[in-house]
Amino acid sequence: MYTFSNRLKIGAIVLMALGILGMGVGFVSVPSTPEEARAMVTAHDDDGHGGTHAEESEHPAAAGEHPDAAEHPAEEAGHAAESEHGASHDEHLMHQLQNRPWSALYVAAFFFFMISLGVLAFYAIQRASQAGWSPLLFRVMEGITSYLVPGGIVIFVIFILSVMHFNHLFLWMDPEVVAEDKLIQGKAGYLNPTFFLIRAAVFLGGWILYREVSRRLSLAQDEAEDNKNFVKNFRWSAGFLVFYLVTESMMSWDWIMSIDPHWFSTLFGWYVFASMMVSGITVIAMVTIYLKSKGYLPDVNDSHIHDLAKFMFGFSIFWTYLWFSQFMLIWYANIPEEVTYFVTRIEDYKLPFFGMVAMNFVFPLLVLMNSDYKRVNWFVIMAGIVILAGHYIDVFNMVMPGTVGDQWFIGIPELGAVCFFAGIFILWVFRSLTKVPLQPKRNPFIEESRHFHY
Amino acid sequence: MASKVIHAYFNDDDILMQAVKKVKATKHHIEEVYCPFPVHGLDKAMGLAPTRIAITSFMYGCLGLIVAIVMMNYIMIVDWPQDIGGKPSFSYIENMPAFVPIMFEMTVFFAAHLMVITFYLRSRLWPFKKAENPDVRTTDDHFVMEIEVHGDEKGLMTLLQESGAVEINKVEK
Repeated sequence: MYTFSNRLKIGAIVLMALGILGMGVGFVSVPSTPEEARAMVTAHDDDGHGGTHAEESEHPAAAGEHPDAAEHPAEEAGHAAESEHGASHDEHLMHQLQNRPWSALYVAAFFFFMISLGVLAFYAIQRASQAGWSPLLFRVMEGITSYLVPGGIVIFVIFILSVMHFNHLFLWMDPEVVAEDKLIQGKAGYLNPTFFLIRAAVFLGGWILYREVSRRLSLAQDEAEDNKNFVKNFRWSAGFLVFYLVTESMMSWDWIMSIDPHWFSTLFGWYVFASMMVSGITVIAMVTIYLKSKGYLPDVNDSHIHDLAKFMFGFSIFWTYLWFSQFMLIWYANIPEEVTYFVTRIEDYKLPFFGMVAMNFVFPLLVLMNSDYKRVNWFVIMAGIVILAGHYIDVFNMVMPGTVGDQWFIGIPELGAVCFFAGIFILWVFRSLTKVPLQPKRNPFIEESRHFHY
Repeated sequence: MASKVIHAYFNDDDILMQAVKKVKATKHHIEEVYCPFPVHGLDKAMGLAPTRIAITSFMYGCLGLIVAIVMMNYIMIVDWPQDIGGKPSFSYIENMPAFVPIMFEMTVFFAAHLMVITFYLRSRLWPFKKAENPDVRTTDDHFVMEIEVHGDEKGLMTLLQESGAVEINKVEK
């Protein structure tokens, strides 16, 4: 049995406290009037951050031609009609600044939720493929997926608040915007608040249901006399994978792609999938290495770590493949309605946009290519930290440009939100790891897994 | 110079592995083991050095990447920077996404083919090469361990017999 070390528990609670503080600062320092927003941005630019921002705010008319126009057509259309360009621009600015703490919260909430969902998918694949190496890690994976419940609730609450107009994360939820926007009107059959919430409930419900059923069967298998529970779990996992592939794809349209409601991409679901898969596997590897270093997983050997590191390596490349396929097809064809997505990102998010490619591709490629390095625990941890940071920035890049535009910064609200959710994540995951023995007793493959070596 | 070797025949890979370990323990030098299929762990038991072919492959891949970049930079940017469908051919980096598929394929092509050729060179394989196996049965169901003879020939013979050899031949080489 694993006992939650006090140091880790206190660390997690401190993280949460710091996070609440940071998020609080973020929410308090939001401007409430357009003038205030204007003053904030001017002061901000005087700090020397982003000279281009200042230039744009000086020339609101030029901002009308800015590709951002496609993102917020209603507001931009308002621009053209109004003679007072400046006032409308300041209002736009105010919305962006008001969105910032919410987006920070949402990015972090989604990032940690996505990790546990990725682990759940990986776990289901291991069960459905009857992998012989991984049963030793099933309890670790089940521990990480326990975060689905609190993480899912937080996400759902954020959606309810969005639907109730506490924030402007989703442009299409604002009836005033929709009234002036033909394109969103055309999508209203799918993108309407009620249906959105129902879908989110179905997705979350389905994922959590599988997690709970599979966990129960997995524990029952330990006490059983035969393999009935194992077979049942196999069937549930295979069924879940079908459900997951459909719902994951729709989830990515709903929760992320709809932040830019004028834009669409067909492989977006896969792209988000690759991101969650690689972060999930990375977290499995990191938690496993941590528990092993504390002596709780005596049968886990270097070969298990090697396998996880291979998955980290492979899925990092898979993620890059999808990232590039999405980027290159749109860049190459350069169709205005699609390319705005990347134009805003390259103009306003140059460093995070290309930085994440270095963190998520070049770094793991070079570090995890060598077979010997994949067996060195601190190497895997180091690569894991970079990969996780890279995928946080990936989610950041998916969400932020549509909500805060060029007013982004990774500052107190963002770091606060990450700290807060990291705290809950650690607390919840390690608490659930203490509940059952870390090694399944009579999984049909446990012997093979124990002697696994590569 | 004529030297004597012993060919010990085995018909099971487990027995072969045990025999290899025993012979290694008595400090006899195993020249070669002929197998009809790869036996896992045999290289470790024989104490062979790990292969470095993956490292060569990595270097060939880097070479391929450089070739692709230099080639396309010269052709598309330096030599004749045409406007083809509005693609920005002002600098390599501006038009890079369009070059990535070729960069990738060239990397893989070089890495794969040069590695295979390296493998052929290092293991001396070519189309009209004379087969080196001492006995045709080694390609079907027998394993042959070839051991250099020096000094204690009798002891080696008994050791091999005890460790399950089905046939032992002394061969002038």
